[in-house]
Amino acid sequence: MEDYLTRLGKLTIFLGASFGVGKTYTMLEAAYEQQSQGVDVCIGRLDYNRSEFDFFVKNIPGIDNTISTQVKDIENNIDAIIERKPHLVVIDNLASSNPKGQRHAARYRDVEEILQRGINVFTTLNIYQVESLKDIAEQITGLKVADTVPDRLLNIAEIKLIDISHEELLLRLKTGKVILPDNADQNPEKFFRLGNVSALRELALRYTAQRVDQQLNDYMKTHEIKGPWPAGERILACVGPSPFSAHVIRTSRRLADAFKAEWCAVYVETQQRSPGDEKGYYQLDSNLRLAESLGAEIITLTGENVANELLAIAERKNITQIVIGKPLHSKIIELWKGSVVDNVVKGSQGINVHIITGGPTSDTKSAHQKNQEHKIGLFPYLLTIVAVTLITLINMFIGFDLLNIGLLYLLPVLFSAAYWGRGPSILASVLGVLSFDVFFVPPVSSITVHDLKYLLSFAIFLLVAVMTGTMANRLRAQAETARRREARMAALYALSRKIVVETDIDGILSTVVNVIAETIDGEAAIMLPNQSGVLECKSFSTTIAKKENWVDEEIVCWVFEHGKIAGNGSETWGEKDCLYIPLKTEEKNIGVLTVKSNHHNHFLSTEQSQLLEAFANLTALSVISLQLSAEAQQARYFVKSEKLRTALFNSISHELRTPLASIMGAVTSLLDEGELYNKADRDALLLTVNEGTIRMNRLVGNLLDMARLESGMMQLKNEWCDIQEIIGVALQRSNPTLQDRKVSLSIEEDIALIRADFVLIEQVIINLLENANKYSPSDTEISIIATKVNNELHVRIINEGYPIPESDREKIFDKFYRSITSQHITGTGLGLSICKGIIEAHGGQIWVEKEEEKVVFCFSLPIILLPPEILCGKDGE
Amino acid sequence: MERMVSELPDIGARVLIIDDENQIRKMLKVALSAHSYEIEDAATGQEGLNKVALFHPDLIILDMGLPDLDGLTVLKKLREWTRIPIIVLSVREMENDKILALDLGADDYVTKPFSMGELLARMRVALRHATKTEEEPVLSYGGLTVDLAHRQVTVEGNEVKLTPTEYDILKNLVIHAGKVLTHRQLLKMIWGVDYQQEAHYLRVYIGQIRRKIEKDPARPQYIITESGVGYRFIIKD
Repeated sequence: MEDYLTRLGKLTIFLGASFGVGKTYTMLEAAYEQQSQGVDVCIGRLDYNRSEFDFFVKNIPGIDNTISTQVKDIENNIDAIIERKPHLVVIDNLASSNPKGQRHAARYRDVEEILQRGINVFTTLNIYQVESLKDIAEQITGLKVADTVPDRLLNIAEIKLIDISHEELLLRLKTGKVILPDNADQNPEKFFRLGNVSALRELALRYTAQRVDQQLNDYMKTHEIKGPWPAGERILACVGPSPFSAHVIRTSRRLADAFKAEWCAVYVETQQRSPGDEKGYYQLDSNLRLAESLGAEIITLTGENVANELLAIAERKNITQIVIGKPLHSKIIELWKGSVVDNVVKGSQGINVHIITGGPTSDTKSAHQKNQEHKIGLFPYLLTIVAVTLITLINMFIGFDLLNIGLLYLLPVLFSAAYWGRGPSILASVLGVLSFDVFFVPPVSSITVHDLKYLLSFAIFLLVAVMTGTMANRLRAQAETARRREARMAALYALSRKIVVETDIDGILSTVVNVIAETIDGEAAIMLPNQSGVLECKSFSTTIAKKENWVDEEIVCWVFEHGKIAGNGSETWGEKDCLYIPLKTEEKNIGVLTVKSNHHNHFLSTEQSQLLEAFANLTALSVISLQLSAEAQQARYFVKSEKLRTALFNSISHELRTPLASIMGAVTSLLDEGELYNKADRDALLLTVNEGTIRMNRLVGNLLDMARLESGMMQLKNEWCDIQEIIGVALQRSNPTLQDRKVSLSIEEDIALIRADFVLIEQVIINLLENANKYSPSDTEISIIATKVNNELHVRIINEGYPIPESDREKIFDKFYRSITSQHITGTGLGLSICKGIIEAHGGQIWVEKEEEKVVFCFSLPIILLPPEILCGKDGE
Repeated sequence: MERMVSELPDIGARVLIIDDENQIRKMLKVALSAHSYEIEDAATGQEGLNKVALFHPDLIILDMGLPDLDGLTVLKKLREWTRIPIIVLSVREMENDKILALDLGADDYVTKPFSMGELLARMRVALRHATKTEEEPVLSYGGLTVDLAHRQVTVEGNEVKLTPTEYDILKNLVIHAGKVLTHRQLLKMIWGVDYQQEAHYLRVYIGQIRRKIEKDPARPQYIITESGVGYRFIIKD
């Protein structure tokens, strides 16, 4: 585990122009050499058995440590490799895809996982299988490349180029030394044309040269060697919802590589140019993801004008090169819509603009459109025909003039555009024009017209129809997308609202699984690690009947460990029924969400899985924030309670035992030898007992108050109180302590009744009076001043004495805190903290005021309400 | 010290102590016997109820925290058939129980820990109220005199003008002099059953009365506040 965290395995790619150049052989040779140097090497996967390899296969063990000549027996079992943990593993053909049933759909993902475990990997690759070179290679060879490897793997790999000449390759082909891949249904002769092979060779050579150059640069940079660095180029790729954008992205990546530049992919959404439908959004999403996987920074903007936004971001990011696709539509449409490319070129002062020509876009797009129009069905067309016929009949029976007749024909066009889209609206307009022409425009019953200006009318009529149709189409698509987005947002919002009210993790989880189960019409469960780190199901949706074996432990663990989605339709374990989504936050993965649709063999739609991912993220965030706050509270509590315990023992034991000692001393003297004492002595002893009990009673009272405050049991019994009355009672109860102490009162005349707990406020004043008494010379005066300040009642209790140091003014309200200046006077440090607790529970504040030679404690109580009027005065007062 | 002490016929009165704490019972027995009371004690609520019937006490001291029946239940059962004065022993933190006990018919309360003087004073007041049969027309305590027949109040010989409500409140407090009256009891006496929750009426009127009869309204000599419970007209020289 630690290894996996600290060290990534080293990847070595044996790169060739095509198959047949001897990559696998060279790789095995290198592996064997490593083995003979004492390195622990094993063969993870060889796709093809050839007599040439026999020697190595016999000498290098497979993952199960057996030496086998049957190369194909060595199955690619990733877990076995990880468990075996060799120093170096040989895995042929990095780009190939795994058979169904494997964990990952692509082999390079296996390799990535193995590398993460700190195991070195030797592998082979053909140049045309590099993601960023894919379309160039397709252009050169004219063949489709199915499996590719992302550039990020090549970036971390050491590349060894295996290069042989064209002649040599053909010779090898003739002598049967070339193994054709299983999927190579192409004619080898055609593939191995001189042009093809040379072009691929050049590609491979150039790619490797570039890498070497880069390494040299890196070396110079890391060793701070000054040299002619290329100016800091920054490249911007313009991305849209078209499949063609992928081409732009790959080109940008190659440019970025060549310039060693940073690059970003920008998508600008405007009202006119939104992806329109779900498919468009999906394409856009996959384009942006491609860009991200190729190392681009992704920027999405919204604005009025694409070109302006692009130029603005280019300026902000100091872009030096813009890559943009050339539009495929005709000049006329461009005139109508305005050309982004032209505007970008016009506005690009000092920025190079690369305009890329598209390839396969038109095909896909038209197919997509056809597909959509198919969906409309025949019924709307029929209705359109009926509508036009009806209008014609109406026009025939009611003799309108030509202008009105023409206008009436616009009705079916508008309606069919609004309800069924472009196709029916065009049909309506064509039919309308024809009927108008044939039945009403002279000469009637003939297509020909006398007056040529009707041709212009027809043209305008058609134009109106096409335009309304197109606009209505787009509007409908946008409305549909907006509706879906809104539904998603609403679902998320609903979930977050439900989660917010939950106060514990179990509550959140059960809410989430039930909401999800409802949303996808299926079942859901959430697994979180328990205290010993083993994943276990914490929450099931109520729909699950059989809870055992519901999830695949292996997949859950994998998802949890890697933080990647797996199962149902994803890249990993794609054929499973369940979809496994990690609950992850930025720092760590906290669990796994498993969902399963009720419909068998049903793959979740992109929209659904996106929604589920959003749900998972939201859940993860809520759970983690709850966990964090709980942990923080726990920690705070521990620190506090630890400190408290110490303080409690020190302070309480002293404070309780002192009066007890005096009581016990006095009482035992009286009991044992009472007759020894005269009356005055006995009285003195009894007074000691009395004082001791009073002091203990006070302490016990304070401790109880504190306990009630701490445990939250102190409930305010709010009633209408007269502050003068409270002060009066407090003074009366403080009498035993204050003795003959002079206390002056100043209570503002018209202070209204306040809403407070009489007994508690009384306690506050008693505590403050006691404090004042304790910390001032006994011949000085204590004063109590009550005033009304705005909407607050302020009560000040003032005694003469050393002012409390600035640094202590806050702290003296802490439990058990005693100011250094007061160490000589006994006390527990409880009284003031009780005051603070009580006053704050009333929504007020307590503080120490700064004054010369005096100690001023002040507390405030809010005066929010006025007492209700007294209705039943018998006196008419 | 207590002016009324010698005048009251409480010598030899029979007192039943119901408290589960042996120490308290023992202490009370010694102290009260010394003051010429005849004492009987019970350790549980049930025993207490039985002894009331057998012992025929003149006064009951009832602890609120008993192991079997709680004090309030014992009080309720007693009040079903007897008007013997009852003083409850309670702790400071339980204002609600005190109020409940008083509203259920307890005559007074003493908060633990208490001084013996305090308990004795309460007992005397309770016994006096129980034995008093007819209302005196003029009540006089310290410098304050209330002439019930003429609805006249004088302080140190000077007549004090009170409004009808103020007079009613003062009259009720003085009639029950020495005894605590809960907010609810007072409100009911003055304004009737519908006004038992309007404690702020009392705050306002008591404030007004104090300003008229007390030398220093903040340090009252006649009407004292029993915080959280009610008011008491204090009997003192």
